[in-house]
Amino acid sequence: MFAHIIRRLLYTIPVVWGVVTVIFILMAVVPGDPARLMMGQRGDPATIERIRHDLGLDLPMTQQYTKFIGELMRGDLGMSYRNNEKVASAIATRFAATMRLTIWAMCLAVAIGITAGILSAAKPNSIFDYSAMFLAVLGVSAPVFWVGLLLLLLFAYNLGWVPGIGFGDGSWRYLLLPAVALGVRPAALIARLTRSCMLEVLSQDYIRTARAKGVKETLVILKHALKNAMIPVVTIIGTQVSELLSGAVLTETIFAWPGVGRLAVEALINRDFPMIRGTVIVMAMTFLLANLLVDISYGFFDPRVKYEDK
Amino acid sequence: MTENTSTLHHAALKVEAGESPVKEAWLRFKRNKLAMLGLVMTITIILAAIFAGALAPYDPVKQLIWTEGVKAKLASPSAEHLMGTDLYGRDILSRVLFGARISLQIGIFATLVTLLIGVPLGAIAGYKGGLYDDLISWLVNVVFAFPFILFVLAVVSVFRDPSLYIVFVAIGLVNWVSICRVTRSQFISLRNREFVEAAHALGLPSYRIIFRHILPNAIAPIIVQATMGMGAIITIEAGLAYLGFGAQPPTPSWGLMISEGQKFMAQGQWWWSVFPGLAIMYTVLAFSFLGDGLRDALDVRQKR
Repeated sequence: MFAHIIRRLLYTIPVVWGVVTVIFILMAVVPGDPARLMMGQRGDPATIERIRHDLGLDLPMTQQYTKFIGELMRGDLGMSYRNNEKVASAIATRFAATMRLTIWAMCLAVAIGITAGILSAAKPNSIFDYSAMFLAVLGVSAPVFWVGLLLLLLFAYNLGWVPGIGFGDGSWRYLLLPAVALGVRPAALIARLTRSCMLEVLSQDYIRTARAKGVKETLVILKHALKNAMIPVVTIIGTQVSELLSGAVLTETIFAWPGVGRLAVEALINRDFPMIRGTVIVMAMTFLLANLLVDISYGFFDPRVKYEDK
Repeated sequence: MTENTSTLHHAALKVEAGESPVKEAWLRFKRNKLAMLGLVMTITIILAAIFAGALAPYDPVKQLIWTEGVKAKLASPSAEHLMGTDLYGRDILSRVLFGARISLQIGIFATLVTLLIGVPLGAIAGYKGGLYDDLISWLVNVVFAFPFILFVLAVVSVFRDPSLYIVFVAIGLVNWVSICRVTRSQFISLRNREFVEAAHALGLPSYRIIFRHILPNAIAPIIVQATMGMGAIITIEAGLAYLGFGAQPPTPSWGLMISEGQKFMAQGQWWWSVFPGLAIMYTVLAFSFLGDGLRDALDVRQKR
């Protein structure tokens, strides 16, 4: 187990290096001079030259790259072009908000998705099954930013149950709508997958045996079937992290949620390249870490997974 | 293993029915109600896009406030304007119809870019294996680690004025990984078959074996994946336009319309943002039903 974790960590290193390098190259080929961009029209050539030197933009590309990697190793993501703020500390202050949003969205999605999936599979072709699966189909196909707007329209503007956009005092009432909006699609996917996996597991021999022994149906479903049906569901939760982080970019923009996603969009609008680079790197690292955790958690759901054999 | 049994099953069916594989797939497709629904929905979108000019009651960018006055400004849905009008008096229904052109255009061209990158890379990785496979798989993992929309945004931001061409190239540059994975796994399972060995023995060059001999046998899962990906691409484009990085005003893009209309939702003028969203949902649903139907009809990864 421990050896497996170490091995997985080692496999992740080249991917991390790739992510960092790809985004460095992407931001390096951007046309236009950042120093000129920072100073606007009023910069005189001498000042621009000084800024270029301060930012290390006068160095050859290879040296800029080694400098970038070196700083990155020390957790330094450079300076924002906009307001003389350190990229790393700007992200650090926003990161918790994004985590809070995505984790709650995922919790909601898992709770609702798995419950709906189990209930659907327990009584297939029932009215509940049809309506749940109909909603799931809609949930999978609706764009997250549009769902967010509809939720705002209904619950904030029309019914007034929750405040509209913003972080407010940070209470759950501000978190509710964005978390639901972001959770809709994963909830729908998880519900559909749970249903189909449960149906497959429930048709197997050991379930028939359990039923024949007279085990209560609730126990059959919750104890015998659920654990085996969860393996594909855990996998999809891992891949959903990527979609959640993508979705967070849009959700945070709609709800004016002070997270890394909105920071990234602001940076893109301002053409603040060190900030774009930093936010993308942090989000990609979060995804890689989440997948590592999901991978390790397989062992809990499926004891057949022998890490050493791989 | 499932692969083999399904192929055998396939062959048996074929002998019995004496039909070509395409016709056989179509017969299976026809029996699937959801698949047919997806096909009909897709056709309506294509027709809407082609005949938008004839179907749309108004010019999609014409600002009716100049001719009809204030009553055309943010008019609620009525017989005259079935989906209402926006702040400038543009007819929403006409804009939604023309929006189908933008979405389909992006969907088709981004899918082409996706296939152009993903299929050859997947084929090389799967067929050659070894170092090629390691390198390509590494690249797939790297691209996959980026949050999809943020990477597309970063690519788009490299260019000063985002045009639709840049948007679909950017989407293709990220989206190819899914096609690459599917192609790779197909090639891995096909590369040791007898017909490939025979082609080898004949001394055919690799590119000929890859494209003329293996690819036709690997095409079904690629088609399915590409169809399913259309919905994702259309959603991503809408997201980009919503954030202001895709289609620019006054283009009738669905994502852009949602973004333009959102500040009026709080005042109760919901139609500007709601109808384009429904159009996106309809399109995504159409391609997802179609993709599911194709998967079952073409016998891809069928477990039963």
